[in-house]
Amino acid sequence: MTTEALERTKTFKPAEWIDAQPHYFLLLLMGALGFLAMIFYSWAHLAELGAEPTVLGALGKAASSWLTMTVAGLAMGLLIFIMASGMTLVFGLMHVLNLGHGAFITLGAFVGASALAALSGLTQADSLLVNLLAIALVMVAAMLVAGAGGLVFERLIVRPVYHDPLKQILVTVGGSIVILQLIIVFWGPNEIPVSRPGSLLGSFTFGDVVIEKYRLLAVVVGLAIYAGMQALINRTRIGLLIRAGVENTEMVENLGYRIRLLFVAVFVAGSALAAVGGVMWALYDQMIHSHLGDLRMVQVIIVIIIGGLGSITGCFYGSLLVGLLFNYLSLVTPMVAEFASIGLMFAVLMWRPQGLIPVIRV
Amino acid sequence: MLDALLSGDYPRSRALSALLLLIFVSLAFAPFLFPGTVAYQTYSKICVFIVLVASYDILLGYTSIVSFAHTMFFGIGAYAVAIALRDVGTGWDAVLLGTGVGLVISLLAGLAMGLLSLRVRAIFFALVTLAVASGFLILTFKLYTFTGGDDGIRFSVPRELRPSFKLLESDLTGFDVIGFLTTGSLQDALFKVSVNGRVVMYYLLFVICTLLFLLMLRVMNSPFGRVCQAIRENEFRAEAIGYRTVYFRTVNVCLAACIASLAGSLMALATRYAHPETFLSFGVMVNILLMTVIGGMGTLYGAVVGASLFLLAETYLQNGLGWVHARVEGIPLLADVLTPERWLMWLGILFVLSIYFFPKGIVGQLRVWAQARRARRSAGGDGETAAAPTLGRR
Amino acid sequence: MSEPLLTLEGVHTHIGQYHILHGVDLVVPQGQLTMLLGRNGAGKSTTLRTIMNLWRASAGRIVFDGQDITRLATPQVARLGIGYVPEEMGIFGQLTVEENMILAARSGPMDEGRLNWVFELFPALKKFWKSRAGTLSGGQKQMLAIARAIIEPRRLLIVDEPSKGLAPSIINHLIDAFTQLKRTDTTILLVEQNFNFARSVGDNVAVMDDGRVVYCGDMQALAEDVALQRRLLGLSLDSHQ
Repeated sequence: MTTEALERTKTFKPAEWIDAQPHYFLLLLMGALGFLAMIFYSWAHLAELGAEPTVLGALGKAASSWLTMTVAGLAMGLLIFIMASGMTLVFGLMHVLNLGHGAFITLGAFVGASALAALSGLTQADSLLVNLLAIALVMVAAMLVAGAGGLVFERLIVRPVYHDPLKQILVTVGGSIVILQLIIVFWGPNEIPVSRPGSLLGSFTFGDVVIEKYRLLAVVVGLAIYAGMQALINRTRIGLLIRAGVENTEMVENLGYRIRLLFVAVFVAGSALAAVGGVMWALYDQMIHSHLGDLRMVQVIIVIIIGGLGSITGCFYGSLLVGLLFNYLSLVTPMVAEFASIGLMFAVLMWRPQGLIPVIRV
Repeated sequence: MLDALLSGDYPRSRALSALLLLIFVSLAFAPFLFPGTVAYQTYSKICVFIVLVASYDILLGYTSIVSFAHTMFFGIGAYAVAIALRDVGTGWDAVLLGTGVGLVISLLAGLAMGLLSLRVRAIFFALVTLAVASGFLILTFKLYTFTGGDDGIRFSVPRELRPSFKLLESDLTGFDVIGFLTTGSLQDALFKVSVNGRVVMYYLLFVICTLLFLLMLRVMNSPFGRVCQAIRENEFRAEAIGYRTVYFRTVNVCLAACIASLAGSLMALATRYAHPETFLSFGVMVNILLMTVIGGMGTLYGAVVGASLFLLAETYLQNGLGWVHARVEGIPLLADVLTPERWLMWLGILFVLSIYFFPKGIVGQLRVWAQARRARRSAGGDGETAAAPTLGRR
Repeated sequence: MSEPLLTLEGVHTHIGQYHILHGVDLVVPQGQLTMLLGRNGAGKSTTLRTIMNLWRASAGRIVFDGQDITRLATPQVARLGIGYVPEEMGIFGQLTVEENMILAARSGPMDEGRLNWVFELFPALKKFWKSRAGTLSGGQKQMLAIARAIIEPRRLLIVDEPSKGLAPSIINHLIDAFTQLKRTDTTILLVEQNFNFARSVGDNVAVMDDGRVVYCGDMQALAEDVALQRRLLGLSLDSHQ
């Protein structure tokens, strides 16, 4: 063993290990959370052993409710991830904190609702494939509208205030007010019910395990978006440019790339992702209103702080942690569950102020 | 005398002085100038919001701290008074107790926030406060038995503040300015003002708000305020000169928190009703932000102008839009965006435009113009000394 | 002296409220290596950044190969065939050496022959091809920065203080590399503080002080005239070796 290696083993620092292996660490963290929940559930069910004939039966109950909650938590986490990914991407590359992101979530939800109504032929069909096709079309419509909105927003609201964080915060809040009011102009101030296609209603049951069909779709869509983003960022030239731009925008320009175009593209993509999140949430909640985006923004902000502003991986794991924590706790005390994510955020901030996976900037 | 009151921080623009004087006089004699319940609610709210917005300006304008948790302190003050008057009794002791408890809680929360602001970067801080504020809002909704949840808390105020209480047996005469200006009839403009608990309440509010505002002027023009501004301009340099930015920023956050809490207590007393929507919602926070920026960040007077104009617009601009709406009716989209309900959209556009073109807000812009005029005049006069006296401050 | 490739005429630059360049006149002849010397704060780096339009010239003209580039955006300036290595090198530390090079080869896949030539110049890059650029040593980073700038044929190479903070042996290696580069007929503009370095590779020299070019001439002449060196740079060659 070389002295250097010896040196390294002697001064093993957890923080350094996390920086080097964030994925392992975060998976471990999630595993630990799940494991704790499993123990807790077993304990809770064993405590009520009177109602259950055998210890094994009680543990079986515990396992099935744990599985139900885990899937529900993952689904919820992925829903949050879809909504948050665009915002963290925009921040990572452009260093623009877009507080108008929530307005794009709302926009996506409303466009999605209208598109769903227009595609009633497809949504009412008695076939899962046709229903999924309808949802895909709805998402495309929402992405197009929100993307176009993002294009205008970037040009009018954001571009004049690059490099001025204070003004960015103020201007994007102002811009989101205008968008929300315009949404009310087009769709009216009232809540609008959104009906989920028939084949996505109800749930699968395996023994005591209950898994809502729609949550399964949320998991699939969320994972697909995460995988897509990872592939784009790690495997393509655009992704290479984005990663380089996150570190040093000026040098990217020195190499002859027009980073402005990249900024616009990323902002449009971020808005489109927000819209997908809006559609997914609309279908999940089956009711939309103009405050929808602002209410979701709280969770979005929490997960991107936990994950580390600008980090997509961090945002992904942060979302899953928040989703799991909420669902595990909601079975015990719904009251505490509401604040668990805020508590988690504070814990992470006190421990690592830059979030779990900070973005390194030169 | 005036120098001592305003702590030497003059408006420094003739138009601004006139505007401030107009607002001050209108508010000082408001019960005798504007009859009606809607007007009463509007001018009480203006008083409170001037103080609230000014306290936010201490954070945003004087130290560039972006916080979305300011309504939290406003709400703490309001709910403390409301709960005290509901559970302890309806005397003055309960009012003082509630206000005091609110102050202490706000101080502690402010302290925690101030310390947090050192741990995280500015942009994180804004986001964290947003999350905390929404958490607090949810908490208020959920703790139904304690806070009344969605129903809010209705409570009784001390006898002297109730409408049934008569301070003077005989009525006084008021002069309805708006009525006079619209009808032109001197006779119709006169109205009776019964000096009841509502009027007492208003003057209590007015006096305390005036004192709080003058206090803030004093603090921000003291050496303490100057250091805060230095930190805003260049934190690193301020620290290098030897100021402990940690200390200054935390004190600043605590001061803003306490004043916001007092404003909340006053507002609750005036409306005899505490509800999350009026004290804690994100909408209120955005309004405060709009008022601060449109009025002019970092001036305190901006709070007076911003809050007055915004709240008047909230109440009366809608009538104006209604008038416009009636003219464009039938034109599909235009009519929709010009309805009175969409006033907030126009305000949002105004807000964005004002950040681009008048980042100093109304007050800042008036001062810039006044300075330009002074410079022009002295350039025409004796030339060289142009604008020198105005450079002395700030 | 051959045709000028790059000409600066009376260029002024303001950064915020500070007036940095007070009318820089500079000629970079085609196919030669021009050294830009001067003490700290003389405006050398600002001149280079102004050429790239990273700072905007407030007055004056910058002409590259007959084209006025004063108002061109940075990426467009780069696309004319100007490779720029900033003082802080601008390495993307989170990317691998390979990825840094892929980005630098803007017009497509890297040319095999040219890459091998770069590897010959800087063998260390081949060794650390798949490692993160952030883990390289200072000298290796500088080599990577220069390699990025020359992976595609450039008409003009602008390098800001390549020798800064490097060990003498590595500086000698860089001197070799620049000598080789000169043979490929690349026009080079180098900012240096290290006079020894400058003397070894420079054809022409321009000396800046207080935001102006105060001397322009042949490198050889300056290297031999100790009195002139002392006057312009406040140093003699002997004290700097």
